[in-house]
Parts: sequence; C-alpha cells; structure tokens
Amino acid sequence: MADSQTASLEPITAADGTPLKKKLAQALFRSRVRAVSLVVPLFAFVMASFVIPILALMWQGVYNDRFSSHMPNLTERLTMWDGLTEPNEKMYEALVADLKTARADRTIGRAATRVNQEFPGTRSLFTSTARKAKKLKPPFKESVIKANKKWNNIEVWQAMKITSQDLTPGFYATALDGRYTVDQGFVRQDENRQIYVKLFWRTMLISATVMGLCLLLGYPVAYLLATLPLRASNLLMIMVLLPFWTSLLVRTTAWIAILQSQGVINDLMVFVGITADDARFSLIYNMTGTIIAMTHILLPFMILPLYSVMKTIPPSYMRAARSLGATPTMAFIKVYMPQTIPGIGAGGLLVFILAIGYYITPALVGGQDGQLISNMIAYHMQKSLNWSLAAALGGILLAGVLVLYWAYDKVIGIDNMKLG
Amino acid sequence: MVQANDPFVSFKGVQKSYDGETLVVKNLNLDIASGEFLTMLGPSGSGKTTCLMMLAGFETATHGDIELGGRPINNIPPHKRGIGMVFQNYALFPHMTVGENLAFPLKVRNMPTAEVEDKVRAVLDMVQMLAFIDRKPAQLSGGQQQRIALARALVFNPELVLMDEPLGALDKQLREHMQYEIKHIHENLGVTVVYVTHDQSEALTMSNRIAVFDDGIIQQLADPVTLYEKPENAFVAQFIGENNQMLGTVQSVSKNIATVKLEAGDVVKALAVNVGAVGSRTTLSVRPERCIVTAKKSAGTSSLDARIEELIYLGDHIRCRMSVAGDDQFIVKVPNTSGQLGLEIGALSQIGWKNDDCRALDFNEPV
Ligand SMILES: Nc1ncnc2c1ncn2[C@@H]1O[C@H](COP(=O)(O)OP(=O)(O)OP(=O)(O)O)[C@@H](O)[C@H]1O
Ligand SMILES: [Mg+2]
Repeated sequence: MADSQTASLEPITAADGTPLKKKLAQALFRSRVRAVSLVVPLFAFVMASFVIPILALMWQGVYNDRFSSHMPNLTERLTMWDGLTEPNEKMYEALVADLKTARADRTIGRAATRVNQEFPGTRSLFTSTARKAKKLKPPFKESVIKANKKWNNIEVWQAMKITSQDLTPGFYATALDGRYTVDQGFVRQDENRQIYVKLFWRTMLISATVMGLCLLLGYPVAYLLATLPLRASNLLMIMVLLPFWTSLLVRTTAWIAILQSQGVINDLMVFVGITADDARFSLIYNMTGTIIAMTHILLPFMILPLYSVMKTIPPSYMRAARSLGATPTMAFIKVYMPQTIPGIGAGGLLVFILAIGYYITPALVGGQDGQLISNMIAYHMQKSLNWSLAAALGGILLAGVLVLYWAYDKVIGIDNMKLG
Repeated sequence: MVQANDPFVSFKGVQKSYDGETLVVKNLNLDIASGEFLTMLGPSGSGKTTCLMMLAGFETATHGDIELGGRPINNIPPHKRGIGMVFQNYALFPHMTVGENLAFPLKVRNMPTAEVEDKVRAVLDMVQMLAFIDRKPAQLSGGQQQRIALARALVFNPELVLMDEPLGALDKQLREHMQYEIKHIHENLGVTVVYVTHDQSEALTMSNRIAVFDDGIIQQLADPVTLYEKPENAFVAQFIGENNQMLGTVQSVSKNIATVKLEAGDVVKALAVNVGAVGSRTTLSVRPERCIVTAKKSAGTSSLDARIEELIYLGDHIRCRMSVAGDDQFIVKVPNTSGQLGLEIGALSQIGWKNDDCRALDFNEPV
C-alpha cells in the first residue's frame, strides 16, 4: 500500500522528460483535431441543408407574426385587453388605423388570412371593412359596427387577440383537433371539424399494416436469399432490387393499371368467376390501394436488413438444433428466428418510419380514405398556405418517430440493429 | 473389445458425390462397434466431414447403405436419429444461456421441467461448468464453449456421439487437456464416439481404432499401435508419424523379405508388406528412431553410407539429418546415450536397420 502511494507521487515521464499524461493528452488532441477536420464539411452540409431548415420549420409551428407585423397598433391594444369585456373605443380606433395602412400597403390580405385560420369566415370581414376604412369617422366603435355588424361579435376580437400573440400553441392545438381560446385555454374542436387525430391514427394503422405485410412477405424471401446457392440468390437479389431501379412514379402508375376496376386483377377475378362483372373489387383509390402500393415499394427496405442478418447466421445452428432432436419447424422457430430479431427490428423500424411520412403514393392511389398525414401536411404547405399548421403537424409526426425510436432502443436496443 | 460381428454403425458400400462428377467418398465400408472410439483421420478435403454428415443425416449418400443398430437409416431425418453431435465451431445457440442450450434437446423431447433441471445440472457438473449455467456462450472462453458443446451433445444420452474437429480452435495445451477429458468421458459413459480430426497425435492418443482417409478412401483401419508400427501403404506411413521414404525396384522376394535396389544403386533388404512382382517399383519406409548409426556394417541388417548434414540437440535424443542414397533429408533420431556423442557435421558413417523395421510398400511418387 505504502509503496504504491510513494510511487504515485512521482509522475511517470516520457523519454523527453515531459509528464506522460501531458504527452498523451497532446498526442490525443492532435489526432482528435484531425478527426474533427475530416467531418467538418459533412457536418456543415448536414447543418445547412437539414438541421437548420428543420429547426426553422419547427419554429414556425409555434411562432407566427403575420398579424402583429401588419396590425401593430391593434396588437398593442389587444395585448392590454382582458379578452372578456366589450372591446372599447380605443381598440376600434387602432383597428381602423391599422386597416387603413394595411389597405394602402396591400398587406390586409395576409393579416386577414391569419385571423381566418383561427376563426374561419372572417377574411372577407377584414377586406371589406378595409376598403371602407378611409371613410370611417369617429366614434369608430359605432361606425365600424355600422360598416359590418360582425365586428360586434366578441369572438372576432378574441380570435384577433389569439393571433396577435406571436408565440402561440394554437397551431399544435389545431393539429391535435383542439382550439386555443382566450377564455378557456385549450378546448376540443367541434365534432365535425376533427380531422387530424383521426388522420394520425390512420397513418399509424396503415404504416403498421404495411410493416406487417412487408415482414410477412419479406421474411421468406430474405431467408431464401441467405440460404440459396450463390447463383440463384444473385438472381433473386436482382429481382428484389429491381423496384429500386424503377422510378417511383412508374411503379405507382403500374399499380393503377393493375388494380383499377377495369384492371388486370379484376379482369382475372371476373374471368375465374370469383366476382361478378358488375361487382368488381375497388382495389385502388382507397386504403387498400395505398396499402398494396406502399407494401410493394417498401418491401426491399425490409428484405435487405433481414438478409444482412440472416447471412451471418451459419447453417450449423440449424443443424445443431436438428441433431439435438428438434423438428425442422421447431429448429426454425426456436433457434433461427430469435437470431433474426435485430433484422426484424431494423427492417420494421425502417419501413414504419418511411411509411409514416409517405406522400406520393398515397396521393396518387389513395383516393379519399387512403390519404396519410403527410398528404395533409402537403396540402397546408401548397394549397392553404398555412405553413405554421403544416409545421405543427410535421412536429407531431417527428415526435412520434422519436418516441418510436426510443421505445425500440428500450426494447431491442439500437446496438442490435443491423442495416447491412 | 472390438466385436466385428455385431457392428453398431455400419457403412456399406457408401459413395457420395456433391456435383455428380467427382466422388468425394468412394466405396466406404466401415463397421464401428458399440462403445468404440473411432477416429477418422486424414488430410483436408479427404471426405471426413462428408462421412460424418451422412451419418448425422445432413447429407444423403449417393449410393450404399448406412446402418445404425442394425437398421438402415438412409431415410430417417436427422432429428429422429438420436445422434449427439459436436460441431467444429461448437454451434452453441447465441441467444440462449448455457443452461437453456443444454435444456434444448431435453425440452424438444418433452421431458418434465424438474427432470430437465436435474439432468442439465448433472451434465454440467460432469464437465465442471456448473458455475457458468446462466452465462451466454459469447461470455465463455473457447475451451469453456467446447465443454458446453460436449455437454450438450451428451445431455440427452445418445448412444452415438459425432465430433468434427472439436478441438481445432483451441491452443495446444488446452487441446491436450481436452483430449484427455473427452477420452475420460467416453470411458465413463460407454458411448460410441466417431471423431474427426486431421491431427495425428490427437488420433493416436484418443482412439480405439483409427480410419486413415485419403482421397475418399480408407487407406488403413487399425488400432494406433498397428497403424504406427505396421503401416500398410506409403500414404499411411507418411501420414502417421515421421518416416524416411526411399524409392526402389524389387529384385527378389523370399520369406517375406524383399531385396530392393534403390534408385541410387544400393541394394537393401526390407519386409515385403505391399509389393508387386519382381521388377515392380516400391517405396521403402523406415522410422527415424529405428535407424542405427554405426561405424561399420554389421550382419543381419541393411546398411548404407551416410553423411551427417545437420545435428539438432533435443535433450533426450539428437535429431540428425543425413545424406543417404542421394537423399539429403534422411532423418535419424539418435538416442542420447553416452556412446553416441561423437557425432559431427560432415562425418561419414554407416546407417542401418533391422530388416523388419524397413517396410517395402506400394510405389508412391513423392510429391
Ligand atoms: N456442400 C458441398 N458441396 C460441394 N462440395 C463439397 C461440399 N462439402 C464438401 N465438398 C467437397 O468434398 C470434399 C470433401 O470435403 P470434406 O468436408 O468431407 O473434407 P474434410 O475431410 O472434412 O476436410 P477438412 O479436414 O478440411 O475438414 C472436398 O473436396 C470439398 O470441396
Ligand atoms: Mg471437415
């Protein structure tokens, strides 16, 4: 004990006399600098093209200054207002002032759109009143209400108060079929206007179904790939990869040709007599179509991780199991399958995550009830131009994926995942 | 001990071809008695594993019958043959603990849980691995995995256990230790063991009988002593232990002693074991330890001129490389007795052997 203590008092030195620890740190530092400088370009690229845009979009989901930037005076008044009492003359005055400038700047539409998102049907109220704003005389409360009596509705003002707050949970509330109100906080959306939660569930359901089908169809194929002699398995591999080399659009269009009610499959079934000519199956432009087409497209993402895991399992395990008395089925279930779990996990996760965000295929073959949440996000990005809502929907989707990933890590362990 | 009349395992005219063009196993006839430890020994690619796989049921014989306990088993699937097997890479199931691995063959036989537990513990105790029952195979050393693989092949009391180079992955010391243990277990349990190896010392240590394979044919099937002392052909003589080979032509044969003219011109006598008619070519084989280095010729022995090329002092004996009859790779082991220490590199001397110690075998072109 005493010996080792005295020894540790004197630091060990390198050949040139510097303490060994310091020398080691220097050497490590240099190699670390080299390693970092190698990844910097990629890191910068990923930051600029992926992380920053995503963060910016996420930010849009909770931050929107359309109203406050175009209606500054009113925003100030609305902030002071408690949201429950009658709007006072000062607020009306600010409203008229802002409407006048907004009309002159031609920005009235933007502010109006923002309020319309919160309280549908108010867009024209803003534009029509703005047109008359120049002629409005004090007292503004009376003249404004005279110009359009909808201004007397306190809900309009409450909606404006909500939209005047730049930082708002409103979009997330909307994305979860709720509403953020001045007086009650979060409330549920009216029954007939709840769409998003249902859509999220449907997306999950379809993704899970696609994942299950991919596993069911892909597992035997991967097994064949891993066990067939080289020549046969190479041919099979080409067939598995062929869809990868075909454009997504071409493949989806092919499904349309095959699945439509006058398509190949229906013709065949009528011919064989499974169904009557006037009762053809609708296999496309609905959920069935989405599931069939997506399963086909995502199948390789299941097969490849499975294959890469199965290839590492030597045949001697199955032989050992059989020499120990297990029937081929038993040997497969008890010995082979458990060893493929990392592949099942990796393939399943990959397919599920890809399916959850799938967009083109459902848009083309999904019809009404085959649409996924991503189609709704695209709608809000491109048609309704409600980017904040799109960002909120996307944020929820991202959170869902992260939760899944976390759960996977807990249950199976990310280290066990084999992608190839 | 070996009862040839009621073999437990019997290969009858077995042939095997993988590609339909070449025979990997050519006309194999082999009887293995119950309780025997039989080793298949041979160079790489000689068809040992193939024979084992046919016996275990993972390969089908292209021709011929394999019988187990008197019944042909060609059409019985592997899991119904009840043969224990130790694989070269052990093939322990990586997702199961040691205990689960051992319980596997018992569970598939629907043994009651309590009994399974007892049996697993008993067999683990036998291989001294009871403390490792809850470990995964990946957490064991190679030698420990080997013991578990052995235990797993024995746990369901098979009458026949096959082992395909089970010690191939272990270092020399551990290997020798395990050889001893496997032999011990075999003696205690009385199971029949068919063992595959290409390590001849392993085969000599462990086996009751050894089948030397080459090119899909059993070259010689005998107990270790016979195999070493009385090899029947040049391949076996070469493969088992060290030997010096000389090529020559038979001049005459009388009373089992052949007179052979070596290619270098000398004439020697040898035991005629496997020679053709007078005038045919033959390979003479002498063990290095059966050669006698003398100063002059003596009666009753063959004798040749020799020159010492190299001396290696090995303590109990001296390994001496010599030029004899035009071959400078002739090895002689000289026992380290007091009279022998006068050897010197470059010295000329005589080398001889008793006629019985030099075996005239089939002609085998040296490679
Ligand atoms: N599955 C197979 N398909 C085709 N040829 C095979 C197959 N397995 C073995 N062979 C061939 O059969 C011959 C004998 O192989 P085998 O595995 O029986 O040799 P071995 O004696 O066990 O050799 P080693 O000591 O190297 O294990 C070899 O030439 C090998 O190339
Ligand atoms: Mg082999």
